[in-house]
Amino acid sequence: MIVSDLPVLIPLTFLVSALVVTLFGFWKERWGYPLAVLGTLLAVCLSLYGFFQVMDGSMMRYEVGGWAPPVGIEFVYDTLSAFIVLVINSVALIALIHSRVVGKTEFPGKRGGYYAVAMLLMFGFNGMVITGDLFNLYVFLEISSLSSYALIAIGDKKAPFAAFRYLLIGTVGGSLYLLGIGFLYVVTGTLNIIDMSAMLPQVIDNSAVIGGLILMVLGIGIKAALFPLHGWLPDSYTHASSTSSALIAPIGTKVAAYVVLRIMLYLFGDQLVDIGLPVTSIVGALAALGILYGSIMAMAQSELKKMLAYSSVSQIGYVIMGISLSNPFGFIGAVLHILNHALMKGTLFLVAGNLREREGHTNILKFDESYRKKYPWTMAAFTTAALSMVGIPPMAGFFSKWYLALGTIQNSNWLLLAVILISSLLNAVYFFRVLEKVYMRSSASESTSDTERQEVVPSMLWTTTIAAAALIIVGLFNASIVAVIQHMIPAGL
Amino acid sequence: MTDFLLGHYAYWFTILVLAVGLYGILVKRNLVKKTIGLSIFQAGIILFFVAISTKWNASVPIKVKGSHVSEAANFMNPLPQTLMLTAIVVGVATIGVALTLLIAIYKRYETLDEEELLEKFQ
Repeated sequence: MIVSDLPVLIPLTFLVSALVVTLFGFWKERWGYPLAVLGTLLAVCLSLYGFFQVMDGSMMRYEVGGWAPPVGIEFVYDTLSAFIVLVINSVALIALIHSRVVGKTEFPGKRGGYYAVAMLLMFGFNGMVITGDLFNLYVFLEISSLSSYALIAIGDKKAPFAAFRYLLIGTVGGSLYLLGIGFLYVVTGTLNIIDMSAMLPQVIDNSAVIGGLILMVLGIGIKAALFPLHGWLPDSYTHASSTSSALIAPIGTKVAAYVVLRIMLYLFGDQLVDIGLPVTSIVGALAALGILYGSIMAMAQSELKKMLAYSSVSQIGYVIMGISLSNPFGFIGAVLHILNHALMKGTLFLVAGNLREREGHTNILKFDESYRKKYPWTMAAFTTAALSMVGIPPMAGFFSKWYLALGTIQNSNWLLLAVILISSLLNAVYFFRVLEKVYMRSSASESTSDTERQEVVPSMLWTTTIAAAALIIVGLFNASIVAVIQHMIPAGL
Repeated sequence: MTDFLLGHYAYWFTILVLAVGLYGILVKRNLVKKTIGLSIFQAGIILFFVAISTKWNASVPIKVKGSHVSEAANFMNPLPQTLMLTAIVVGVATIGVALTLLIAIYKRYETLDEEELLEKFQ
């Protein structure tokens, strides 16, 4: 294996796995699961190896097909994209290993196709992160979106309708992004991100550039569920099967937020992005509204998965807010929160999957003390993730919020600081509401069957607990992670 | 003013097509009509890209033997058109997935009217 080929090998692993899974999965359905896990494991190994190659701030540029950029498409594998690729592939691996039993119960007979589409989804996400070409990014965006519509449609009765609504909104988002590329292309004549960012200072006064920026942020904002463009998210995550939501919820909106970061801080840069229109302030205000709205709506939900979905709307607000602060602390907070939230939401949706598999429902109002006795490890994982969401040290969630708070202080933006603090309290309200039921509320029936351990099968239990343990580990070793993130901060920030 | 309006007629047309598409997506109750609106919306963007690549008195971008770089101005810009080939493929795939979802919805609820569907969910 040649090291310089790494940027293209990681997405290709998923594309090849998708083909292999399709081939074998339709022949023998049960082969879909091991092949998908194997492919993802290979991709995780590659991205881990690649991450250590570029973690010192260096960059690999790969010319696809030997056509030199800016004419050809290039893949840019720098510290930031290597980090994001590693995070999304690891979380996907955990979610896929977890899906062994869920697949048998929630989509029997469709597993071959399901895992093939899941591999395509990961191919799209990896491509979005690594590509250095704006139009290529659109193509990968649509690959991942089309796969996620299909994955969300596999679920309970309402799932196809939720997926259709997501498709309508999501395709409009993708199209707006494409229109934005068109605006920028007319002015600069290039589609390569690095090439374009070198040209933008000369043409920044052109109103088409500002129009293009707005359209692109709007289009990707829909994918990232940035308030008020989040309408598709709660229903999609609630009605999708446990595996789909555990796969898409931690990864999908994060990758879109990463694209917003690339556009605002790398393509335009913090100097240019605010010329003509205070884009960062507007995006920051929307993010703050989203944080509050998501938290308040989460408090009102009685369905666990819907509560987690609204919580996602609020958490993506943190990432976007960190980007919009456009200072080093905000940047560190945003990137760290991508990692933390991927792990936290992953754990929480895996717990929801465990409960659905055992109890057949995830209605918070029915939770009581017997759940703690029946599923001690699952509930321990839930508690860990919940504490991390609230932001209690030494859990991972505390540190990203800490850096975000430092970022708001550096900008003297006290309103956003207040939003972070208030939303932490709101987080505490809606998670402790669940914890109170699980640990304090005495169960209705006192039969012994309700107090015996009925923990889920090892493939589900271990993935859930490992994801939860990762939260503590990431929290304890956050200093070394932040040291790596400091290499990613774009020049001039 | 008249020059501004007439000179940009391709863009006004694009805006019109985008508006028609968005109207279909937002206002129509039937899910198939929404899908048609989506298709029109994508067509608007494809027309926009084709429009920006067009030049007066320019020919199709085919390289002839012996042609020189200085003659590039005589040819249309082929890049937006090739981009749109990809976008058309993406659009076809999107409509395909949308219609598949509609089949799944119709089999389950025997209606494609949004209001009726929402009533059946209650």
